[in-house]
Amino acid sequence: MKLSLEKRQTLTNLWLVGPATLAMVLFIFLPVAIVAVLSFTDYQFGAKTFNWSWLDNYIKLFSSSIGRRAITNTLIYVAVVIPFSVGFGLLVAMGLFRMGSWAPRFSNVLKTVYFLPIASTLVAMSVAWQMLLHPSLGLINQVLVAFGAEPHNWLSDRGLVLYTLSMIGVWSSVGYNMILFLAGLAAIPSELYDAAEVDGAGSSWSRFWTVTWPMLGPTTLFVMVITATNAFRVFETVATMTRGGPAFASDTLVYALYREGFVYFKAGYASAITMVFFAFLLMLTLLQFWVIEKRVHYK
Amino acid sequence: MKPTFISRIISSSFLVAGAAVILLPFVWMLSLAFKPRDEIFSTSIQLLPSRLEWSNFIFALTETNIPLFLWNGTVVVLGILVFQVMFAVPCAYALTQRRFLARKLIFGLVMIALMVPFHVTAIPIFLGFAQVGILNTYWALILPFIPTAFGIFLFRQFFAQLPSDLFDAARVDGLSETAIVWRIAFPLALPAATAFAIFSVTTHWNDLFWPMIATTDPNLATPPRGILYFRDEESGDNVGPLMAAAFIVTAPLVILFLMAQRKFIQGLASGGIKG
Repeated sequence: MKLSLEKRQTLTNLWLVGPATLAMVLFIFLPVAIVAVLSFTDYQFGAKTFNWSWLDNYIKLFSSSIGRRAITNTLIYVAVVIPFSVGFGLLVAMGLFRMGSWAPRFSNVLKTVYFLPIASTLVAMSVAWQMLLHPSLGLINQVLVAFGAEPHNWLSDRGLVLYTLSMIGVWSSVGYNMILFLAGLAAIPSELYDAAEVDGAGSSWSRFWTVTWPMLGPTTLFVMVITATNAFRVFETVATMTRGGPAFASDTLVYALYREGFVYFKAGYASAITMVFFAFLLMLTLLQFWVIEKRVHYK
Repeated sequence: MKPTFISRIISSSFLVAGAAVILLPFVWMLSLAFKPRDEIFSTSIQLLPSRLEWSNFIFALTETNIPLFLWNGTVVVLGILVFQVMFAVPCAYALTQRRFLARKLIFGLVMIALMVPFHVTAIPIFLGFAQVGILNTYWALILPFIPTAFGIFLFRQFFAQLPSDLFDAARVDGLSETAIVWRIAFPLALPAATAFAIFSVTTHWNDLFWPMIATTDPNLATPPRGILYFRDEESGDNVGPLMAAAFIVTAPLVILFLMAQRKFIQGLASGGIKG
């Protein structure tokens, strides 16, 4: 059978693009539609039928203390991780960038060290953190006691646990931000610093405020949004070290979605949690696209 | 030159102190993995072991399922990567080097798909897999990750830079489009493929979320899932082997990172545009 040229071209296109498109529809678009519909039902995994419950799941999420806890915890976690991770990332990048001019080897070694948490398995490292923070056998409390300070239950104190997890979140993301800032610093033309010096900005303090900071502005925004997007998905450290406890003090959106959906099998309620999580991330992603656009215009 | 010297000393000490904090969990993990039992369960400060105790590593490698977890991780990670490339590369090629009606639409779908985090799709995929009856198989761990909007996006950017004359010449020589994709376009895109491979392998080797959902069979556990099985079985009693196991699980990627740092950083940093 001979096909016309046009038909053959169409078949070729279908053969090249079809599998990927079909897979996207099957594993991304269809599930998103289903999860949106499920969030308005009381469906439970394994049940034969379901009832429409309309906004009940959302009302439950926003009005129950456990649901609200998951949302506020996630927001607090993100709000703590962003300034520390971005701030330290910037400081480390500026330090290493300057060190690169007089001790490039050492600067590179330190860069490797700071990036190490990103290359390692977070669950394995969480198990190590758990031992480091162990109430009696952990190094951190042992050192505190040696200096006469109070030891803390870092992971089982309700008031403390979320901040402990946030600091581990900073630990695991600072190297990534450092890399992004290093790229931003390398892109600043050195003539700008010379010009600033001529204009009387001699100290490193004033050079930072007149050149580095304004030139890094778009990078900083980009880094902040990326840090927020990643922090919103916090799951591994929670699942490994606290399981959302004690008493939901470290419960987060993704962990709550896992627990309600796959431990308690409340598919409808877990779908509502998913949709709220998705809404937060969509806002951030749109912000990210806008920031990328802006960054391109700067160049 | 004195002020510069002093400021160098100050900034270097801060950088070294920060690096020490970053290294702390790695040092403690290795230290516990090498410590004899009595030193692990001592409450006095001892940063490093007094002698190297290899038995923890031997225990982790022979008395536990860690080797099986490493094998599962390898199968899953390579399975995902191979399928991702098989699906994404032809699609990205067609989106850049061929003209057809649905091209803009499909690229739009790719951009929208970029915005969907995997967590959002977990519940329906779990439901579907339960219907089909493939939960607790390697397929359950591999299939959901085959469509990679990020991969298509990355390869598309690379292919867009290649001159279309190159492909026209190949067509004149009588090569089929499939042959052009795999014998000309893909080899040229090897830098992009390496960056993507590093991103994909790291992401899925380290993933805990989906393996916790899709499998309940410990024999199918990937390394992070397996570590947790091991820890929960031992209930805090076997710290030395647990730390040895944690080290063994994280070592392959760390070694790869130390060997190919620039590629690695490039690969993981490119993931930044992924939503």
